[in-house]
Amino acid sequence: MYQYVGLIVLFPLIGLFINGFFGRKIKNETLVGMIGSAAVGLSFLVAAGIFVEMLGMPEDGRSHVVTLFTWIAAGSFKVSAAYQIDQLSILMTLVVTGVGFLIHVYSIGYMHGDRGFWRFFTYLNLFIFAMLNLVLADNYLLMFLGWEGVGLCSYLLIGFWYDKKFPGTGITWTGDAANKAFWVNRIGDFAFMIGMFLIFREFGSLTFREVMGGAETLAVGNNTMFWITLLLFIGATGKSAQIPLFIWLPDAMAGPTPVSALIHAATMVTAGVYMVARNSALYALAPTTMMIVAIVGALTAIMAASIGIAQNDIKKVLAYSTVSQLGYMFLALGVGAFTAGIFHVMTHAFFKACLFLGSGSVIHAMHEEQDIRHMGGLKKVMPKTYWTFLISSFAIAGFPPLSGFFSKDEILWKAFSDGSLVLWIIGASAALMTAFYMFRMVTLTFEGEPRWAKDKHPHESPATMTIPLIVLAGLAILGGFVGIPAVLGGGNAIEHWLHPVFAQAHHTMALSEHSSHTTEYLMMGISVVIAVTGFWFGRRMFLADPEADKRIAAKTGFLYRLLSNKYYVDEIYNGSVVRPLVRTSESFLYRVFDVRIIDGAVNGLAKTTGWVSAMMRYVQTGVVQNYAALVVLGLVVVLGLLIFS
Amino acid sequence: MIESYIPIFLIIGVAAIFGVVSVNMSWLLGPQRPYREKQSTYESGVDPVSTAHYRFSVKYYMVALSFIIFDIEVVFMYPWAVRFRELGWPGFVVMLVFVVVLAVGFIYELKKGALRWD
Amino acid sequence: MNQLLTDTLHTAPIMGTIVLALVVILINAMKKDSLALEYWVSLIGIAANIGLAVWAFPLRGSAFAGTVMTGGFASLTAAVFLVAAGLTIILSRAYIEKIGVNFGEFFHLILMGAAGMMTFAAGTDLVVTFVGLELMSICLYALAGISRRVHKSNEAALKYFLLGAFASGFFLYGIALIYGMTGTTNILGIAQNIAAYKSEPLFLVGAGLLLVGFAFKIGAVPFHMWVPDVYEGSPTVVSAFMSTGAKAAAFAALLLVFTATFDFIHSSMNTVLSVLAVASMLVGNIVAISQTNVKRMLAYSSIGHAGYMLIGITAGGDVSMAGVLFYLISYMFTNLGAFGVASIIENAEQQGTDLENFRGLYYRRPLLAVLMGVFMFSLVGIPPLAGFFGKYYIFVAAIENGYTWLTIVGVITSMISVYYYLRVVVLMFFQAPEEAEAPQVTSGGTIALLVSAFGILLVGLFPSIVLGWMGGLF
Repeated sequence: MYQYVGLIVLFPLIGLFINGFFGRKIKNETLVGMIGSAAVGLSFLVAAGIFVEMLGMPEDGRSHVVTLFTWIAAGSFKVSAAYQIDQLSILMTLVVTGVGFLIHVYSIGYMHGDRGFWRFFTYLNLFIFAMLNLVLADNYLLMFLGWEGVGLCSYLLIGFWYDKKFPGTGITWTGDAANKAFWVNRIGDFAFMIGMFLIFREFGSLTFREVMGGAETLAVGNNTMFWITLLLFIGATGKSAQIPLFIWLPDAMAGPTPVSALIHAATMVTAGVYMVARNSALYALAPTTMMIVAIVGALTAIMAASIGIAQNDIKKVLAYSTVSQLGYMFLALGVGAFTAGIFHVMTHAFFKACLFLGSGSVIHAMHEEQDIRHMGGLKKVMPKTYWTFLISSFAIAGFPPLSGFFSKDEILWKAFSDGSLVLWIIGASAALMTAFYMFRMVTLTFEGEPRWAKDKHPHESPATMTIPLIVLAGLAILGGFVGIPAVLGGGNAIEHWLHPVFAQAHHTMALSEHSSHTTEYLMMGISVVIAVTGFWFGRRMFLADPEADKRIAAKTGFLYRLLSNKYYVDEIYNGSVVRPLVRTSESFLYRVFDVRIIDGAVNGLAKTTGWVSAMMRYVQTGVVQNYAALVVLGLVVVLGLLIFS
Repeated sequence: MIESYIPIFLIIGVAAIFGVVSVNMSWLLGPQRPYREKQSTYESGVDPVSTAHYRFSVKYYMVALSFIIFDIEVVFMYPWAVRFRELGWPGFVVMLVFVVVLAVGFIYELKKGALRWD
Repeated sequence: MNQLLTDTLHTAPIMGTIVLALVVILINAMKKDSLALEYWVSLIGIAANIGLAVWAFPLRGSAFAGTVMTGGFASLTAAVFLVAAGLTIILSRAYIEKIGVNFGEFFHLILMGAAGMMTFAAGTDLVVTFVGLELMSICLYALAGISRRVHKSNEAALKYFLLGAFASGFFLYGIALIYGMTGTTNILGIAQNIAAYKSEPLFLVGAGLLLVGFAFKIGAVPFHMWVPDVYEGSPTVVSAFMSTGAKAAAFAALLLVFTATFDFIHSSMNTVLSVLAVASMLVGNIVAISQTNVKRMLAYSSIGHAGYMLIGITAGGDVSMAGVLFYLISYMFTNLGAFGVASIIENAEQQGTDLENFRGLYYRRPLLAVLMGVFMFSLVGIPPLAGFFGKYYIFVAAIENGYTWLTIVGVITSMISVYYYLRVVVLMFFQAPEEAEAPQVTSGGTIALLVSAFGILLVGLFPSIVLGWMGGLF
């Protein structure tokens, strides 16, 4: 079955072509939506088939490479369009196509009546196509193609409502937000590319298998490996919104909500995590990079979580929560808990997609209102949205036995046992904040008295929107059971499943056996206490007084302003990098360097070439005798050169 | 290698000398009494008028072209006829193909009326 | 007798095309107003002959006592010429009616020309090569002047014929000298003792004369003077056929004789070839800038492209030869398309192919403009179009064989070429639409152009498949 992996990628491509070429002609919205969804659904079925087949294979025989055709071959440089199916890529494929399918279905309801309906589904299919190439690629170049492809889709979809205003620092239109995302990502992509070149120089190949094979012989602490892994990680910070390149993700909320759910929460932003996990064997050779990854992850987690406390836009809160959760994943990768990182990718995809789609449902009901201070009491009018949202909030806050608990607890435990106490404290504090802001949001949105204008009539969303919500909420509950840790009597199936993929890295790192079970129980207990505390504060404070923010702001003053203004990171970047760059480029690079020197040289060269060209025309006299004479002259030159050189 | 070309060079030399000598001999030995009529282009006395680039009817060319083609055909056929027995059936078939190709051309020529004089 | 049959069978694409051409001319003679019939017979026959070429592909070897190559290289090039002939015929159907030369002989000459090209490219005996060259050239002389009432066309035919005959003379003289030196005209036989002849002045003069003959046909500087006048004056579809088929045939033969068989690497021949390459790239691309007529511009651009391909011939080696073949295929689709668009734009008086006539084309005929855009971008060499990979493979091979400086000249001249190719695109898309009638586009023309564009994309997206055919051809 795995031979048919090409089909997984092919279906979205077909959907993309049908909707892209004929979408405008198809007047029927449902048909367009069905084609788009079916393309992804079929991919999911194929992926599921392959997964089932893999379950039946021996543990070390589950990795296959299927070559479709040789893409580029030049000398020793050879790249094939080939897909690698193994435990890691199939898991990601299932998440991408599964969650992707649900979001496609949801979009049929959400985008109803939009003038760019077919365009939207075309982009979504293109995104799935690119993402699957990223995940399934067996080499860096194809992965990079997918990597750039999802970046492009992200750009197209953030600016989907290109004529809509969207306020932000240095941003007025959705198009500006799209540009910002693109530019910030370019910085990361550039680093990725240099890393890729270094890999080719070092290993003489770009396929994962050959590179990992080459890495086996290298010693830990290798200097080149440090640079390669660091550059790849910088690439990951761009795509996965980590410090210092996280600033684009909150502004990416300018796009339609299903896009936020699919791209900016569930799948694309985890590409960086996937990429680092895919290169685990290289990272294991560079302990310094690992440390950097862990520290950046932990700092991102707590920074974004603290910003999340002071935001009032429902999607912004979720955006910062996403940044913060991605920080957790990198924390896990940094301490060598690759499995835990991927596990969190999966559970996060379920509950964050559910939360985003839920917020979309709320925004839909409130007629494009996104400020949670103007909501409240929605529990009664939209119960399905409320319950699914609540379940997912519990999951993200880490309440047992929901999925978020297992994955987040695994990360925190590994941060403590394989990392350090400091990392654990940062992670745990972020967890406390997570629980707090999540329930602040739930309370302000759904509980208490309605605070919306009288002329608004919120209503529950249609079934195409609520069914995906329910399915995702179900997954948010059950998704964690594949990773119940041994200490709780579970099999930790996901750890066993992914073990062969990370075996090489684990072998290199030679991680010591874990500390006593007592400590693990203790840590788990503390996690639960943290979650409950956050929940209790968040709910009580804002149930009693929806305007509690003002009180807090008055009390804490500067600190609150710092948080609500996102640590002024955008302003700092604007002041220190963007504006000086723009000014230099305008006053020097453009006026002097470009206009005078470059244009002068180019125009001069062009003029000279043009003049030479005009002169040479005169050789073309049109007289045959002259032509023949030139032929003879040429002959003399040719023979002269032949004999005398 | 180059020595084997000596006869050719000899022939070239003899031909050149023969040409130069025979043309000049008549000029050297012959009596020369030039007068106006004798020096005109046509001794019959007709004055050459108008341009020498005179347009002939295309029909002349048609005949000339046909002549060349069939002339060449015969040139090919002679050596084949001389060695007919040795070449055997393959030679016959090849010759047949050659003639058929020419025949197609001839049919085309006839049907297009290239040989119709009026 | 059996040998004769086998040989004929193995050279089936050539024989089939000749028979097809004879059938077409017979139909033309026997039946009045039979243009449509001849058109369809030609197309079906070409399809069948392409089938024969594919069938003969594995039959590598030689036929007729080692004078003609069979299978492999011969089949591949035969298919290329047949595709070029087929696309030309489809494009010309409406065109020759427009300009009033709707004679069935037109198709016959194209087919016979294609047969000549195949023979030219497949000959392993210099005499056969010459026969192929002449068969091809004579058909093209006639085609260039088929538009009898247009002065430019007559002028083109006469110039082409006079200079062509001149060059053929050199070619033949070269063969004679080589024969005198080596005692054989079979290139494999010559190649056996090439090391001994390589420094013999007489042999070098012979080879040099041969090279001049080839250089004339490919339009390399300084033997290029006929190219702009002939391409501009000939009916546009004929220019298309000349610039693709004839050029490809001459290059294939040059490749076969000079690179694949004669081992001229590291000899003075390489100096000569590289000088020709540099001169062609510079002159072709620079003079193209100041052209105002698209046909003439394409003529100069084709001189420039001959320069790029000569880099591949100079560099030698398997990669570079495959690169040249690849280039020929991509160039065939691209230039046929570009000339095809020009033939549709052209008016009944065979005028109106100036740059001005392309202004705002997108607003009148969007599909035509988009296709022209594709062809121009492929000529520039923008990935993933075929033109990019053609240049890429040749440049890579040149660098690997130590001709970095040639590659640098190639890249610089490619950059110059961007200017005049993109000027067409800019005119078509970004300039105010001209108050002119939209040109008439027939379904045949559209199909031929779409096939060309599709070919460009296909070759560009899957270059390794095309390269795969060339594996081990030499």
